[in-house]
Amino acid sequence: MPDDSRLISAEKVCKTYQTAETPGRLVLDHVDFALREGEIVAILGKSGSGKSTFLRVLAGLTPPSAGHVAYRGQRVDGPAHGIAMVFQTFALFPWLTVLGNVELGLEAQGVPRTERRRRALQAIDLIGLDGFESAYPKELSGGMRQRVGFARALVVNPDVLLLDEPFSALDVLTAETLRNDLMDLWIERRVPTKGIILVSHNIEEAVEIADRIIIFGSDPGHIRAEIPVTLPRPREVTSPRFRQIVDEVYTLLTTTPGQGPGKRGLRAEPVGIGYRLPSASIQQLVGLLDAIVEPPYAGRADLPYLAEHEHVDDEQLFVLIEALQLLGFAQVAGGDIWTTPVGRSFAEADLQERKRIFADQLRRTVPLAAHIRKVLDERPGHSAPEGRFLAELEDYLSEEEAREVLETVINWGRYAELFAYDYDRGVLSLENPS
Amino acid sequence: MQQRWGLPIVAWPSRLRPNFWDLVALPLVLGTIILVAWASQQMNAPYQAGEALPISLDARNLPAYGLRTVLRMALALAASLVFSLAYAALAAKSRRAEKLLIPVLDILQSVPILGFLSITVTGFIALFPGTLLGYECAAIFAIFTSQAWNMTFSLYQSFIGVPQDLREAARMYHLSPWQSFWQLEVPFALPSLVWNMMMSVSGGWFFVVASEAISVAGHTVLLPGIGSYIAVAIDQRDLVAVGYAILAMLVFILVYDQLLFRPLLAWAQRFKVEAIGQDEIEPPWFLVMLQRARLFDLLRTLVDATAALASRARRAVQRPHQALRVKLLPTRWIDLGWNVALALGTFAALTEIALFVRSEVDPQEVLHVVALGFVTLLRVVVLIALAALVWVPVGVWIGFRPRLARRVQPVVQFLAAFPANLFFPMVVSAIVTLHLDVEVWVSPLMILGTQWYILFNVIAGTLALPTDYQFVASNFGVTRWLWWRRLVLPGIFPAFVTGAVTASGGSWNASIVAEVVRWGDTTLVATGIGAYIAQETEKGDFPRIALGITVLSLYVLLFNRLLWRRLYHLAEERLRLD
Repeated sequence: MPDDSRLISAEKVCKTYQTAETPGRLVLDHVDFALREGEIVAILGKSGSGKSTFLRVLAGLTPPSAGHVAYRGQRVDGPAHGIAMVFQTFALFPWLTVLGNVELGLEAQGVPRTERRRRALQAIDLIGLDGFESAYPKELSGGMRQRVGFARALVVNPDVLLLDEPFSALDVLTAETLRNDLMDLWIERRVPTKGIILVSHNIEEAVEIADRIIIFGSDPGHIRAEIPVTLPRPREVTSPRFRQIVDEVYTLLTTTPGQGPGKRGLRAEPVGIGYRLPSASIQQLVGLLDAIVEPPYAGRADLPYLAEHEHVDDEQLFVLIEALQLLGFAQVAGGDIWTTPVGRSFAEADLQERKRIFADQLRRTVPLAAHIRKVLDERPGHSAPEGRFLAELEDYLSEEEAREVLETVINWGRYAELFAYDYDRGVLSLENPS
Repeated sequence: MQQRWGLPIVAWPSRLRPNFWDLVALPLVLGTIILVAWASQQMNAPYQAGEALPISLDARNLPAYGLRTVLRMALALAASLVFSLAYAALAAKSRRAEKLLIPVLDILQSVPILGFLSITVTGFIALFPGTLLGYECAAIFAIFTSQAWNMTFSLYQSFIGVPQDLREAARMYHLSPWQSFWQLEVPFALPSLVWNMMMSVSGGWFFVVASEAISVAGHTVLLPGIGSYIAVAIDQRDLVAVGYAILAMLVFILVYDQLLFRPLLAWAQRFKVEAIGQDEIEPPWFLVMLQRARLFDLLRTLVDATAALASRARRAVQRPHQALRVKLLPTRWIDLGWNVALALGTFAALTEIALFVRSEVDPQEVLHVVALGFVTLLRVVVLIALAALVWVPVGVWIGFRPRLARRVQPVVQFLAAFPANLFFPMVVSAIVTLHLDVEVWVSPLMILGTQWYILFNVIAGTLALPTDYQFVASNFGVTRWLWWRRLVLPGIFPAFVTGAVTASGGSWNASIVAEVVRWGDTTLVATGIGAYIAQETEKGDFPRIALGITVLSLYVLLFNRLLWRRLYHLAEERLRLD
C-alpha cells in the first residue's frame, strides 16, 4: 500500500551511463528512497558516488535506466510541477535581472504579468533581496546570487525543494547566513514547501539541517546507511550529541563496508588496475600527513576536528584520506585517523628519502603504477603512449574517469620519479629531460 | 478593463512622456520609414528583360543608389538571420540532422558561391516575371550567400555550448522548447552572433559590386546601387566617380556602424555569461537614445504586450505538451538507415558532379585546374606570411599601449569592413602605367581587405596579456628576441591564429575578384584558380565553373584541415591563458 505521506518515492532506481563504445557503466544500483511530508533529508557521499545523479533522477531531469520514481503517486518522467531545484552553480540567466530570473518559472507557467510581478516581489522580499530587483546577476556576490536561486525556486510554491550543494560555492560565513535564513523560513512555516532534499558533502551542514541523513556508497552508487537525526531545533553544533552524530557520519563515510574497523591498511587491499584512484595532490597529501604526525595530534587525529583545524572541506578530506590509506601511510577507524610506521618514517624523512619511500609504496599498493612501470621497463625504447593505458582503463571506467585516474597516477609517478611524462607528445617514459 | 492587454496603463503618463532624446528619435524613425518605403517601391518597378537600366555617374545620384544597396544588405542580413536560426537550431537539436548539416555548412563556408550566381538568377526571374523583383532577389541572394554561413556556424557553436546548469534550470522551471530557445539559447548566442553579423556585413560590402551586376542570357543587368555605380565608373575609367563612390561607401559604412553595430555590440555585452570588467564598452550615443527616448519605450511596451499575447495564445493551443514518443524501430536501426542514406546521397552527388564535369572537360584540364589552384595557394600562403610579418609587430606595439589601442581598434574594424575592391582601379592603373608584373602585383589585392583581421586580433591578444608577465620579463631582463620568443609570440598565438584563419578564408574568396581586374577596357589576368573561375563564369560555362569551384573548395578544405585546425588545436591545448 502506498503511504500517503510520501512526497517522492524511488523504487529500485538504477542508472547506467552508456556511450557508443562501452557497454555501459552502472552509477546507481537499486536505490530505494522516500521523502515524507515535513522532513528534510540530506544525501551525503564521496564525490563520484552518484548522489547528484540521483537527485537529477528524482527531479526528472534524467530518466532512470531501471526502476521508477513517483511524485505524489504520479510517475515522474520529466520535471514535475511542484518540484523546484536550487543549483550549486546558481544557474541564473545572466541577461535577466533579479526580478526577471525570479519571474522565469511563473512566466513559463503563463501566470499573468501583474500576478507574476506581485508573487516575484513577495519571494524577493521573503529571501531578503529587496532593493536588488533590477540588478543583474553579475553585479551580485555569490551569496546574493544564490538567494536569487532560492527566490526563483520558492516563487513557484514548490511542494518539494531539491538542493544540489547550494552552499558549497559560497564562503563559510555566507553559507551559514543563508542556511540559517532558509531554516528560519522552514521552521516558521513561511513557505508552503513540504519536503527538502539536500545533496551535500559538508557533514556538519547535513547534521545541522536534516531530519534524516542518507549515506551513499560508491562504485556503483547505492544507499549504504541511513541515520535519523532527532535533535531538537535550533541545533547546537557544540553539543555532545551533535558531535557524536558527526563522528558517526565521518566513520561511515571513511570505512569500507563489509570489513571490520581498521582492517584497511594492515594488509594490502586487493585493488585492481581499474581502481578509481582518489585524485589527491601530492602537496596536500604530504601536508596532511605532516600535520597528523605533529602536535597536537601526534600521530592520531579526530577527523571532524582535523577537517576544521586544517581548513580542508569534507570532500577534499575524503579524497586525501583515501589516498593516504591506499598508499599505506595511514589508517582510519571510528572517525579517527592515525599514521602507520611507513607514514611516520615518510614524515620524518628528508626530500630524497620521501621520494624513495613514496615510490616503494606506490609500486606496492597501486597496481596501475606498477603496471605502467613494468610496461616501460619491458619496452625497447622505454616509452609508451598514454593512449595505451587509457584504453586499458576504459575497460573499467568512463572516458572522463580514465583520464582523471591517469592524470593522478602520472602526478604521483612524477613525484616518485617512477616514470616521466611528456605532455606535448602524450608519452610516458623512463627518462627525464637531461 | 485597465489590464486588457496586460499593459500597465497606470504607468503611462510619467514613463512615456517625451524627452530630449525624442527630438532625435522621432525624425529618425519617420525618415527611415519613408526611405524604406521608397526603396521597396523602386525594387518592385516593372521591368522587361533586355531593357537597359540607366546608371548615371552623377554624384548626386549616389545617396539614392547607396540607399538601395543598403536596403539590399539589410534584407540579406535579415534573411541570413532567419536562415541561421533555423539551420543552427536544427543542427543543434537533432543528432541525425547534425551529421549532414554541419559538414555541408563547413563546405558552404569555404566555397565561393559567386560562381553559382548565374544559375540561381534564372529561377528568381521566373518567380517574379515583368518586374525587377526577380533580379533584386537574385542580388539579395548573392549577398546572403556571403553573409549567412559564419553566422550560422557561430549560432550552432553557441547552441551546443549552452552551460548544462542553465539548461537544467530551464527544464526544471518548465520552459517549453520554444520558450527556452528564445530565453536561453538565443540570448546565450547573442554576443558572438552580433560579432559575426558585423563580419558578415563586411563580407557583403565586399561582394556588393559583383552582386549588383547580374548576367542573364548573354546580357548584364546593372541594378541601381552603389555597386553598379562603381562597375560603370570602372568601365568608363572615371577616377573621380570612383572617388565619389569611395566617399559614399565610407559614409554608409560609418552610418551602419554607428546606428547598428556599435549599439548592438554594447547591448550584447549583457548577454555574456562571465562578468568581464575590463573591456566594458562605452555606451554609444545611438544606444543611449534607444534606451532614453520615450518613443522607444512605447514601442517596447507594445512589443512586449504582443509577445505576451502571442505566447498566451500559443500556450492555449499546446497545453498538453507531454511529448508522445512512438518507438516503431529501435534507434540503432534508424541511425544505421540514416547513415546508409547519407553515404548513398554523397556517392550519388559525387558521381553526378564527376559526370557533369567529364561531359565537357578532359582529364588534362582537370590537372591544369589543380595546378592553377596551387598557384593561388602559393599566393595565399605568401600573402598571409607577409601580412603577419608586417602586422604582428605593429599590433603588438599598439597592444602594449592600451590607450592608443582603444582608439585604433574601431578604426581597424572599420578598415576590415571597407570593401577593398574599391581600390582595385588604382592598383590596375598603377600596374599599367608602371609596367609592373601582373602575376605579382595583383596578389596584394587578395589581402587588402582581410589583413586587418590579423592586426585586429593581434592587438586584442596583446591587450589580453596579463601585465604580470610583462613585469616578470623586465624583472629578469628578458629582452629583444628572447622577449618575443618566450613572452609575446606564445602569448598572442591563439589570437593570431584566429585572425589568420579569417584572413586566409577571405583571401581565397577574394581571389575570384582579385585575379582578374579591369580598368575600362584594360583587363589584367593573373594565373590562378580565381581567374579561371571568374573567366568561366563570364562565359557561362557551367561544367568548368563546377570544376573550378570544386577544386577551389577542396584546396580550402585541405588547407583548413591540415594547417589551421592543427594550429587551432595547439593554441587551445597549450597556449591558452588560464
